[in-house]
Amino acid sequence: MTPFDYARAGEVAEALRHGTAPGAAYLGGGTNLVDLMREGIARPDRLIDVTGLSTTIEERADGGLLIGAGVRNTALAEHPAVRQRYPMLARAILAGASAQIRNMATVGGNLLQRTRCFYFYDVDGARCNKREPGSGCDAQDGFNRIHAVLGASDACVATHPSDMCVALAALDATVHVAGPQGSRSLPFTDLHRLPGDRPDQDTVLAAGELITAVELAPLSFGANATYRKMRDRASYAFALISVAAAVEMDGDRIADLRIAFGGVAHKPWRATKAEAALRGGPATQQAFLDAAAAEFADARPLRDNAFKPALAGRALAAVLGALTTGDVA
Amino acid sequence: MSLIVNGTAVPAPADARVSLLDHLRETLHLTGTKKGCNQGACGACTVLVEGERILSCLALAVQYDGRQVTTVEGLAQDGALHPLQAAFVEHDGFQCGYCTPGQICSAIGMAAEAQRGVPSYLSDDLSADTTLTRAEIQERMSGNLCRCGAYNGIIDAIQATIAPKVPA
Repeated sequence: MTPFDYARAGEVAEALRHGTAPGAAYLGGGTNLVDLMREGIARPDRLIDVTGLSTTIEERADGGLLIGAGVRNTALAEHPAVRQRYPMLARAILAGASAQIRNMATVGGNLLQRTRCFYFYDVDGARCNKREPGSGCDAQDGFNRIHAVLGASDACVATHPSDMCVALAALDATVHVAGPQGSRSLPFTDLHRLPGDRPDQDTVLAAGELITAVELAPLSFGANATYRKMRDRASYAFALISVAAAVEMDGDRIADLRIAFGGVAHKPWRATKAEAALRGGPATQQAFLDAAAAEFADARPLRDNAFKPALAGRALAAVLGALTTGDVA
Repeated sequence: MSLIVNGTAVPAPADARVSLLDHLRETLHLTGTKKGCNQGACGACTVLVEGERILSCLALAVQYDGRQVTTVEGLAQDGALHPLQAAFVEHDGFQCGYCTPGQICSAIGMAAEAQRGVPSYLSDDLSADTTLTRAEIQERMSGNLCRCGAYNGIIDAIQATIAPKVPA
């Protein structure tokens, strides 16, 4: 690990003063950044510890929640309002990592964690445009079982690894950001980028910008929701496919719904085509499979991940089947 | 700058690169906490910080300035093993023993989580009290690997000591 200075920020303005310096990076729980530094993938000169900032979960007057970026994953998953009103989010968090890591990891850090593409991590042995722009991509023709089928580019086929973020994409969350030019808010689904020809840039955040909070709008049918994750072992593994869904029924028709997929793209994938196909229609297994087929119509599978569109379809059908018949969990 | 390790204040390292794991083992010579993968995949380095289980390999020691850290060396009281340590002996909760300090610290942290109602990915009802069934223990302990495969003994030891104290 290259040497660096460490400073703990007591307030956002102080964090921004340090964080805008060249070579500075914000530090949350460290569960990803410390590993990246040890591997030589990240080499900050200065770490600004922001874990003491924005650590509260506030109930909003409209029924939503304002979640501080420094809130630990476990604290968010166990919050009564999250368990009752946003169970999809609680389950997504609990599907991720291990209990020890969830106790350390922050909300802001979860959003900014980097891909677990093997070739991104293989500093000595592999080419990677995300790690070393212009060097090439060894995943395209390599072992790419875990890689993207939607929205990828010739430069990068990596996936975003977060479970929490899949739920946030489905829940129409808003991200609050502080920066040297002032504060701004953006839709969560606009935070992460598709790789295009700049896979080194995971998000639209500018240098020095700091995520301060994530806000959830109220969702009247948020309690009828879940998160399901398919992976190579039963626990403590990244998703091959995951699906977050919430459904509101009107008789035997779907009045409204939210769907997002994980493990399929460079960003958490909000499934707007599948939602449009199902909204107002019947809640049948065929309708669910057809909706998934519409979402994955543009899929470009690689050598090892051609199973993903079909697996995503079956996962969606299973989850929506449960949610539309009241058999959740 | 100091950390409180097993009740004793100790200086934090001057070099910010030092992980909590290396600080415990190399500076404080508390070698009970083990280095397995050193990348957050195996759980051998699990310690308790104010009762919460964390991975000391991914923790920079300077980040834990002023915090109370408990390692496996801090579990015995008045010369008597912690009940879970005794249960690991009783139920063959290990073979080589390398993962054991992490398993034990992790299980103690898990019990506290279950007691305050933290659900798991397996919970049918996210708001219900937790029953630490074998399946629940497997899920909640999945961050601790055991290459010898002593999992059944580990779960037996946990069920014999910690699990009954969590309200069903």
